[in-house]
Amino acid sequence: MDKQRKETKLSHDEVEHIAELAKLSLTDEEREKFGEQLSAILKYAEVLQRLDTEAIPPTATVLPLRNVMVADEVRPSFSREDVLANAPRAENGCFKVRAILE
Amino acid sequence: MKLNELTIHEAQELLRKGEISAVELTQAVIKRIVEVDNQVKAYLTVTPESALKQAREADRRRAAGEDHPLLGIPLAIKDIVCTKGVPTTCGSRILENFIPPYNATVIERLRQGGAVILGKTNLDEFAMGSSTENSGFFPTHNPWDLSRVPGGSSGGSAAAIAAGECLGALGSDTGGSVRQPAALCGVVGLKPTYGRVSRYGLVAFASSLDQIAPFGKDVTDCAIMLQAIAHYDPRDSTSVDVPAPNYAQALVPDIRGMRVGVPKEYFVEGMQPGVEAAVRAAIERIADLGAEVDEVSLPHTEYSLPVYYLIAPAEASANLARYDGVKYGYSHPEVEDVWDAYRQTRQSGFGPEVKRRIMLGTYALSAGYYDAYYLKAQKVRTLIKRDFDEAFRKFDVLVAPTSPTVAFKIGERVDDPLQMYLSDVLTLSLNLAGICGISIPCGFAPSTSSGHREARVSASLPVGLQIMGDAFAEEAVLRVAYAYEQATEWHRRKPVL
Repeated sequence: MDKQRKETKLSHDEVEHIAELAKLSLTDEEREKFGEQLSAILKYAEVLQRLDTEAIPPTATVLPLRNVMVADEVRPSFSREDVLANAPRAENGCFKVRAILE
Repeated sequence: MKLNELTIHEAQELLRKGEISAVELTQAVIKRIVEVDNQVKAYLTVTPESALKQAREADRRRAAGEDHPLLGIPLAIKDIVCTKGVPTTCGSRILENFIPPYNATVIERLRQGGAVILGKTNLDEFAMGSSTENSGFFPTHNPWDLSRVPGGSSGGSAAAIAAGECLGALGSDTGGSVRQPAALCGVVGLKPTYGRVSRYGLVAFASSLDQIAPFGKDVTDCAIMLQAIAHYDPRDSTSVDVPAPNYAQALVPDIRGMRVGVPKEYFVEGMQPGVEAAVRAAIERIADLGAEVDEVSLPHTEYSLPVYYLIAPAEASANLARYDGVKYGYSHPEVEDVWDAYRQTRQSGFGPEVKRRIMLGTYALSAGYYDAYYLKAQKVRTLIKRDFDEAFRKFDVLVAPTSPTVAFKIGERVDDPLQMYLSDVLTLSLNLAGICGISIPCGFAPSTSSGHREARVSASLPVGLQIMGDAFAEEAVLRVAYAYEQATEWHRRKPVL
């Protein structure tokens, strides 16, 4: 918490790090602009630190649901052709991806 | 009588009597789209041929003895709901050429009822925005004043209803994306309880908040639309297995003895005086109709905006990781390697607001900041939910403004994300708490955000009244909305185009 209080202004390196985590190759202009705008939004969010939430459980979903199971049975699915129809690149009935290993 | 101006229930009566056919009705609406959509720009895709085919089929089904409140009724669908064989872009360049191989559950249900699908409406990219200006294609214009926004993110659907370019429409509401544009366009928008309507086939933005939601020209039409789509769906694991009541039975113009709370925190600083005056007058009207109206406090209201703008982007950053240019969507052609392919595809495919939210969400979830931002926001979400739980022990519904302002000028807020986010300040608590709410027309007000001269030019922009109900209390919300609507004429006013 102390860490974020001191650093609500995002550094150039931080913006670059987040962009890399999100797999976005931002332009210099975007890096500059997002750095400022995200800093302003995060500064605004500091208001939450006023609240003592030590004993408050987090809410991830409003529903009283836990794991929802479905029966493990064979059901009809999409055809290979239908699924590949939107693929930018396909070959031999498969999605074609770029080489991952050299 | 202009057929495109009919409500769903009025049109259905004429269809049942055999006075009009679904084909005539659909032709009238398509004609209207051709006449005015070059100004309004509500639609991204119009499918006149398949609409007329569906209308002919509806007429055949009726001739064979079938009946359904939506049989032969032409509807518009927000372009974030998957439609088989029809492009579903989410208002994003990254999905410009995406054609879903399946229908969303809501589309299946509408089609089973015999509804006619006219096309897909414009939205802020991936539903991220409050003005429809973040569309990757073009902005939509407010039919009441074409220089103003229709609200967002479901601005295309709201504008299409207001302009008579459809009889009913679907949108999606993650933080107010149906209620706020309904307010700004002078139509009715109903956000159902989280889990009430299947999200299967709704392209995910923030999964713990998203809900498909209907628009109508009046409360009855919204109830009809909700009835058609409120259903348990095993294909959505967050769909709730609770039978939908008969919402038509809630439409009684009698609210004597109902307990109506007015959350004092919802009359925020910066609210336009004309908006506050219209909403206060509407609340007095509700009291005159016999409801017991009293003030209530939702003390954590001021924290809703920061909580929402941490949780929604965090969920979005995870959901939008799927756009990698491999399975569908845009794929950058010239790349060095697989990592470069992801970076270039996402950089070129996403617009500025989507990138901003992905960045914000990624930051809030990243190592070292998770506890301070994301977890903290989830804990405060619990406090916001508890405020509502407490209020609904004393009240059947809560009433407040939907938006602090009337429709603003196109371009006015685009460079200031925080100012844009404030458009949703009165709606997003409901999504955080998972409860339901409606926005109905409750008057008109001048815009005071611009200069004196401009304010005079557009002295009459719609104001929305928001009626909130507890989880699965749609009937209470509809009842108060219907009683107020029956006692007023606001919903009958139409913009001149």
